[in-house]
Amino acid sequence: MNAWVAALGFLVFGPLLGALLAGIDRRLTARLQARQGPPLLQPVYDVLKLLEKDTLVVTPLQGLYLWLFLFFMIGAGLILFTGGDLLLSLFALTVSGIFLCLAAESTNSPYSHLGASRELMLMMAYEPMLLVAALGFYLTNDSFRVSVITEAAPWQPLQLLGILVGFLFVLTIKLRKSPFDLSTSHHGHQELVKGLTTDFSGHHLALVEIGHWYENAILLAWLYLFFAPWGPWLAIPIALILFFLEVLVDNTHARLTWSHTLKASWWVTLLLGTTNLLLLAWWVR
Amino acid sequence: MWSIALLILLPLAASIAVLRAPDPQTRDLWVQRWSIALIAVTLLFGAGCWMGFTDQTLYAIPHWLQTALDGFFDLVGLILAGTLLYLCRRIKWNEWYIPALILTQTGILFVAEAAATHPQVEHLFYVDPFSVLMALIIGVVGGLIALHAVPYMRDYHRHAPEVPDRRTGFYAAILVFLSAMFGVVFTNHIHWLFVFWEITTLCSFWLIAYPNTEEALRNAYRALGYNLIGGLAFAAAILWLAAGSGPYTRELDRLVGAGQLALLPAVLIAVAGLAKSAQLPFSSWLLGAMVAPTPVSALLHSSTMVKAGVFVLVKLAPVFQGTLAGLFLGLIGGLTFVLTSLVAVNQRNAKRVLAYSTIANLGLIAMCAAVGTAEALWAAILLILFHALAKALLFLGVGSAEHLIGSRDIEDMESLVYRRPELAAMLLIGMLGMFLAPFGMLLSKYTSFQAFLAMDLLPGEGALLAVILAFGSGPTLFFWSKWMGRLVARPHRLPSIPNAPPRAEQLVLGVLTALTALSCALFPLIELGFAMPYTQQLAGLGLIPAHAMAIPWETVGIMSLMLGGLFILPLAFWLKPPLYIESDPYLSGANVEGESYRGAMGAERLATNQGYYLIGFFDERRLMQTGIIGALGLGVLMLGSSL
Amino acid sequence: MSFLKRSPWILHYAATSCNGCDIELLACLTPIYDLERFGIINTGNPKHADILLVTGSVNEESRRVLENLYHQMPEPKAVVAIGACALSGGIFRPAYNVYGGIDQVIPVDVYVPGCAARPEAIIDGVVQALALLDARAKAHKRRGQVSIESP
Ligand code: SF4
Repeated sequence: MNAWVAALGFLVFGPLLGALLAGIDRRLTARLQARQGPPLLQPVYDVLKLLEKDTLVVTPLQGLYLWLFLFFMIGAGLILFTGGDLLLSLFALTVSGIFLCLAAESTNSPYSHLGASRELMLMMAYEPMLLVAALGFYLTNDSFRVSVITEAAPWQPLQLLGILVGFLFVLTIKLRKSPFDLSTSHHGHQELVKGLTTDFSGHHLALVEIGHWYENAILLAWLYLFFAPWGPWLAIPIALILFFLEVLVDNTHARLTWSHTLKASWWVTLLLGTTNLLLLAWWVR
Repeated sequence: MWSIALLILLPLAASIAVLRAPDPQTRDLWVQRWSIALIAVTLLFGAGCWMGFTDQTLYAIPHWLQTALDGFFDLVGLILAGTLLYLCRRIKWNEWYIPALILTQTGILFVAEAAATHPQVEHLFYVDPFSVLMALIIGVVGGLIALHAVPYMRDYHRHAPEVPDRRTGFYAAILVFLSAMFGVVFTNHIHWLFVFWEITTLCSFWLIAYPNTEEALRNAYRALGYNLIGGLAFAAAILWLAAGSGPYTRELDRLVGAGQLALLPAVLIAVAGLAKSAQLPFSSWLLGAMVAPTPVSALLHSSTMVKAGVFVLVKLAPVFQGTLAGLFLGLIGGLTFVLTSLVAVNQRNAKRVLAYSTIANLGLIAMCAAVGTAEALWAAILLILFHALAKALLFLGVGSAEHLIGSRDIEDMESLVYRRPELAAMLLIGMLGMFLAPFGMLLSKYTSFQAFLAMDLLPGEGALLAVILAFGSGPTLFFWSKWMGRLVARPHRLPSIPNAPPRAEQLVLGVLTALTALSCALFPLIELGFAMPYTQQLAGLGLIPAHAMAIPWETVGIMSLMLGGLFILPLAFWLKPPLYIESDPYLSGANVEGESYRGAMGAERLATNQGYYLIGFFDERRLMQTGIIGALGLGVLMLGSSL
Repeated sequence: MSFLKRSPWILHYAATSCNGCDIELLACLTPIYDLERFGIINTGNPKHADILLVTGSVNEESRRVLENLYHQMPEPKAVVAIGACALSGGIFRPAYNVYGGIDQVIPVDVYVPGCAARPEAIIDGVVQALALLDARAKAHKRRGQVSIESP
């Protein structure tokens, strides 16, 4: 019963939450630049507008890949929010990311292709850390199930401190923020044009945006999981603060090259994630 | 019992029949008919076993027959050594070690045979759920590959007129290979196992050398040499079992049952397994083997040869479980997994990508076998199955594509989705099957993670293996997706390919595609029918800790839903295509007719893309050298810790 | 009301401008004018854009680019010409390679005069284009052909 409510809640409110996060993000960014910024619901307006427009395609198949992207994204979220398996949810998230890349690759335009290749590179960079984070949760709770993880011991955030820092690092990549916004830029007049999404328009772009809202909600939920044992009144604000810390990072850093990104994130995974995991395994036994 | 004999003898009889075929047409027909018969018989056998038994069954045979067969296998062993020595006539001076290995090996066996008394062998054959599953893989996938080989080789000789046509021997070798593989998975007599083992080595040598070029010969010798190193270790294990202080036996089930007493011989046999499954430091032979025609690659990679290697590793898993030697074995697998996944990113040659990915996956299987708990074995067994299906599909698909487009370069397969949709769809399903949810490989990975973290020999060792798996997953993702990206890219006015692959090839590919998808949908059946009974049986014998391991039904449900989505969405898309307006890709507004653009000086250029290979970032040579040194070190540690 | 009014994304193309108008246009995005208040984003990509802002006159080199960009924008869309050059060719008009204003090549909806046009004028032009877009969105039926054949 509860699971159904959660599933429905995620389906309906997940994107709203994600959109709101994106809206706050844009406003915060504007404020950091001494501007007023758009209304909070601007991302929603954008998508509604995109739905009013025609859809230009380079190849009709790109729509198929985008639908698959959204399908697996929602799947990942459903697993997570119904208290299901964290690792499985992560796998679904990966699949969805790959379909987004395929959609961009299928247009075969240089900018999309560049964006897709870089996105793949970023996936290669952050995948180990995300897996390590899931493994960390498993070690502390002896289960991948989210419903179990939320009832972990109160010192879980301390046990997973290194992994948390590593996770925040790759979260920057996952949210496509500077210094790691290599695959698609928020400001579309750079060498990438719009990277991954260059050749999507109208409905297709709306699909991508909605997918990203769901992704925002999912990533916020991951952050929440770290602090879940402290109860929602503490965990939600902390997760939100950490989430918006990424906006600060975004606005204070210039973009890195892919090789730096790859090296940096693997080193972080190795030094913070792995060390934490090994210590944890030693401690748990 | 008799069904085992049938399975071993059927391909053997087929190969004799093929050798005696009067003319090429009849020969081709016979190869196809015998392969179909083989597939049918294996399926019947598998279905019978699936319904019929729950436990391991050992078989003895009448004494006179056993004596006769013993003599026969000794004879075969001698002939084998003689043949191998004869084959060495074309070696170069720096390959002197090959005959030396053969002679030492034969010498060791001779010493073991010459001992006054021999351990009694009671049971000669056995059937258990794992070996039945292996037999299914060998029979069905191997049979399909043989079917595919007939039209393929016809094209092959048309494309490469300089290669002498020795197809009769080729088909016969494939069939003997399959027969020997059946022997490997069913025999309980370690000597016989060794003979079958060396027959596969011999067959692979002959098949790799098929193109008869200098390169093919050298690579074939390398394969031979490396596998003989493994064979030497195997022979040493046999000697130890006959004369050492460990268990005094020649039976596989006793060896496994002896537990950690049998560590040294098990480690020695594991070395043979590592060599055969092309783990570091032996990996390079499998890459060299790429010179052979594609069916050979498919055969070596999916159903035979390398699978024989991991088969014995999984069989011996109870011995390794919870030992230091097992940990080192797992680390060798892990090292192989990470390094070869990284190197695969560098590769442009489709077959080399597949080869490195095979080695990586076998590394993962070796890791699971080394951990040896119920969960890990479960994962290993399913990995073997899923890998066999997807890899056979990919190799044969790449082979067919190569004949159509005349290249095995990934970049040349650009936009295959538009140029030959059915072939591209098959390749895509094979690739998805290799690394993505909801396909089986991922489920096995999932279980491996759980199994690794549940290890408790040393603090943190399981976490270490799990991290290795996590790090290997990144590059795996990268190189497969990059390839898929090339396949789905919209064509730059590349011509569509007019002629389809031959009907028989299409049929085989179609069947393999269906199997890859079906094995995921029906995986609970496979799990309940083969993987679970096997681990339960081992746990029942007290060889591995019992573990109430079950994939929750919820997980299975979610996987099925995803799988459903993956097939239903394209269908829905095809039935009711949405509204679109076609346009050209964005080229900064400089487009001229589609993908060309007006560049500097008003020249028209075609906008082209290529995948990332990160050549400057990972260096194949350096990584592999590091890997070989590391694996050698780990191997020494493994041997040392087993003493 | 159409949501186009709430989130007009712009594409800016400098056909043959002296860069004076471009600087003024970019000034609109700065904190003083902050166009993002109205949901306006400079996308730099025709496929995402709703309003095409063109500065400068059209010459032989920029003619095709302008046409391409215009055609790669999905309907409904609007075009705003900014500055004397874009309106008529301006001081470049007598040049041998110049066609004149951009309405020689693509249909223009709003003309913003000035040399250079002031940011306030540009914002005013965009707002007028919004009203046009709104009307167009109401009249607009989604078009498109159905096909999944290979190109
Ligand atoms: S109108 Fe004036 S400022 Fe604007 S581009 Fe033309 S010359 Fe420059």
